[in-house]
Parts: sequence; structure tokens; C-alpha cells
Amino acid sequence: MNATNRTVVVTGIGATTPLGGDSASTWEGLLAGRSGVSVLEQDWAAELPVRIAAQAAVDPAEALPRAQARKLDRSAQFALIAAREAWADAGFTAKAGEPDAAAGPAGSVNPDRLGTVIASGIGGVTTLLGQYDILREKGVRRVSPHTVPMLMPNGPSANVGLDVNARAGVHTPVSACASGSEAIGYAIEMIRTGRADIVVAGGTEAAIHPLPIAAFGNMMAMSKNNDDPQGASRPFDTERNGFVLGEGAGVIVLESAEHAAKRGARVYAEAVGQGISADSHDIVQPEPSGNGIAHALQNLLDNSDLAASEIVHVNAHATSTPQGDLAELKALRKVFGDDVDHMAVSATKSMTGHLLGGAGGVETVAAILALYHRAAPPTINVTHLDPEAEADIVRDAPRALPAEGRIAALNDSFGFGGHNVVLAFRTV
Amino acid sequence: MAATQEEIVAGLAEIVNEIAGIPTEDVKVDKSFTDDLDVDSLSMVEVVVAAEERFDVKIPDDDVKNLKTVGDATDYILKHQS
Repeated sequence: MNATNRTVVVTGIGATTPLGGDSASTWEGLLAGRSGVSVLEQDWAAELPVRIAAQAAVDPAEALPRAQARKLDRSAQFALIAAREAWADAGFTAKAGEPDAAAGPAGSVNPDRLGTVIASGIGGVTTLLGQYDILREKGVRRVSPHTVPMLMPNGPSANVGLDVNARAGVHTPVSACASGSEAIGYAIEMIRTGRADIVVAGGTEAAIHPLPIAAFGNMMAMSKNNDDPQGASRPFDTERNGFVLGEGAGVIVLESAEHAAKRGARVYAEAVGQGISADSHDIVQPEPSGNGIAHALQNLLDNSDLAASEIVHVNAHATSTPQGDLAELKALRKVFGDDVDHMAVSATKSMTGHLLGGAGGVETVAAILALYHRAAPPTINVTHLDPEAEADIVRDAPRALPAEGRIAALNDSFGFGGHNVVLAFRTV
Repeated sequence: MAATQEEIVAGLAEIVNEIAGIPTEDVKVDKSFTDDLDVDSLSMVEVVVAAEERFDVKIPDDDVKNLKTVGDATDYILKHQS
């Protein structure tokens, strides 16, 4: 196949998050402005400086057969649940290679033209640390033989690939908190350049464990508002003091427009493209002027037919840190100028917490649903808007987006290491 | 006290149920771990370790490949349990 600039569309979505065990309940929670953050009641949390997190609303191990769940790291469990929802949401009733009326005239999805790109920021960290505990307490013989496939960061992508029978390629880009969005960007390119017709893509993370919490806490990156868990994640508010760790996954089914049309698939949105850059400024601090992010936004405009005038919604990366939230808004202003004024900016991490590598997946789902339902979810906990936040932040209640015409939305994701990834979606 | 053949099969059935989710009543001496009981190569290591603990027996890695069926494992444990 020589196609190098094929149109890519979104035909399925799935999620399991602190707000709900599927995308519908997650979306409902986002519109309702519900916080998924709670106090960590586990014994291990008692001594930690941070004792709050946004834990998954539905335990993934309970949602899968026990024999399967015990061979999967929690991050892979989340990914599998979200991927199965997205696959079914795209209309498919069987894995690739098996008869499926939803595959259209072909009669089945061609496994050689199906890929997966699912990423996490950290990989199977709870498996790794849990097995180290077993090694020390119970000895070598008791270390699980499933440890390696469970802890490897490509495990979620590979397990989803096995589940749908994907043979065009199974990938896992790792870029900390930009990983989920980078995965979706990679998937868009796989289809655009002709490597695949369908790609299941997204992000997942399961890192609510004392070590990551102690480590992020010692970096001064996390909110220590233990007495007010639901108010702790407050992007763009003057009192914001760090992110709240979340867990879960968001996965979408991307498809070439041609393939989707042939099988009569419902299309949520066009995946217009992506802009990528690197700050090359500091290993963890965001570049404060927003120049790195601006570079990614400019790349998006330069490499797609997206017009700034079409963009009406931005799902901001906004993790609730003092510097990062503002750098992003500065970048939007720098690249889009006055067009920023018609962009409803939402920081859904105010409700879901920060899912690290899962964030790009979940927030892509949120951005696509915002376009599809023409409503931007609120940013909760903005009691006193930072006066330097010069953008139209959606506060308190959802905002209706233009009811008519073609509209576009962005999902921004940035990660430790200076990774900037911006994805664009547009109504069809 | 050494376990009887019946106790070993029942014990293995519980282990296989825990690891592979197969109902205990389906775990019989003529069943192959891999072909009938959904125990893949990695899970077989788990079955062996659990059996070692339960029946106080050592099963060296080189012997594991000879334990194709529940009956093979039962006979091995009967012969080697201390």
C-alpha cells in the first residue's frame, strides 16, 4: 500500500477511570463535575506524606475472570477492559480473523491490517515491587513466573493485541505522562501511512503504591491536601499545589476513513493529526515560557489541514502544578493568538486525578466525547482563578459547544523528560 | 504423614482451580495440564511450586517436563514425598 496521507477516524471508545468502569459512566461523572479522589485507607498509606489518590471506580480484577486477572498487571487489566469496550463500541463482535458481520463485505477483520499501540508511563510497577517483597519475604522459588510479562511496559499493548489478534504491529511508546497521547499519535500515523487499517490505541496506568507516591511526593510534585481530597486537584486555581495520582485507562479504535465507510461504522470524529516536540530544558521542570509546547502546537498546524478558527475546545494537560498549568496557556496564546478566546479549556484532571501514562488515553476519550456531544466538561475546584490564566477556563458546569458546523478539539499531554504531544480531533 | 493418591489429585485440583480457573471436578488423572486444563508453561511453574509446598516434595526443573498429566504429577508426588 502506497497511501501516505489517508484520513483517520475514531470509531470506538472505551475507558475505566476513577469516575466509572466504562466511558459512559466516566463521561457522566465529568459532566456532573464529580471528583474521583478519595483518602487512601490502605495500611501502607498511613505513614506517607500524601494519603489521597483517584482510585479506579471499578476494581479491574473483579471485572475479569480470576485466572486471567492473576496473570495481568493491574495496568494491563485496565487496558484490556477499556480496549474491549472500545472494540465492541466500534461494532466488532469477534477478534480479527474470525467471522464478524461488523467487518462489512470482507466478513472478518484482517489481522495483518490491525495493530495496537497502548502505552503506560511506568509499566508494571506494582508487580515489580510486589514480587520484590515476595522475593525478600518468601524466597526465590516463590517469585511468580509471570513477573516479566506482567511488568514489561509493552505488556498492556501485547495483551490487547492477543485479545483482538493484531498482527500489523504492537507498540508501546514511553514518554512519561505524554505516553498515552504519543501512543494515539503513533496509531494515527500507522493508519495514515498505510501500515494498518485499524489500530486500538490508548494509555493505561496503575501506580497507586507507596513507592511511586513517596517518590513523586519527595519531588514536591503532588498535592498534600490530605484533609480535602476532592478539592486537592485544582488546575488553574491560585491555591493549586501539585497533582493527585490517578489510575485507569482510556482506549480508542482508530480506523482509516475508507475502511470505516466500507463497513458502515459509526464515526465519532476525525483524528486530524498530532504535533510533537521536546523541551530540552530540564528533566522534570516544564519550560516556563511555554515555547516547547508552542512548538508542538505549531507543528500540529503545519502538518495538518487544521485551522485555529475551528478549535473550540482544549482538554488541557493542566495537572494542577504552579508552573505547568500556566506554561500551557501561554503556549496556546502564543500560537493561536486571539483564537484562544473561542476555545473552551477544560482540565479534567481536576476530577480524574493524573493518570500519568493513562492520562492521554482518558483525556482523548473525553475530548472526543466533548466533540460528539458538543459539550465541554467543567474544571472543578477553580475557586480563585489564577489571574495569569489568560484563557476561557470552563468552570463549575459543562459548557455547550457550537451546535452547528465543523468543530475541532485538542488534547494536550506533556511528560517528564520534556515531551510535548498535542492531538487534534474534528467532527465529521 | 504422606498424602494418598486421592488426596494428591484433590490437592492438585484445588491448585489448578486457583491458577487456571478450571473447576476442580474437571481436574482428573487423565487430563493434560497444557491441552485440557489451560495451564500454560509459566503457569505450570506455579502449579509445581504450589504442589511442592502442599505435599512437601521437591520437583527439580528437569523433571517438570515429564509431568504432562495430572496422573504423571500424582505418581511423581506419591513416589517422592517425604
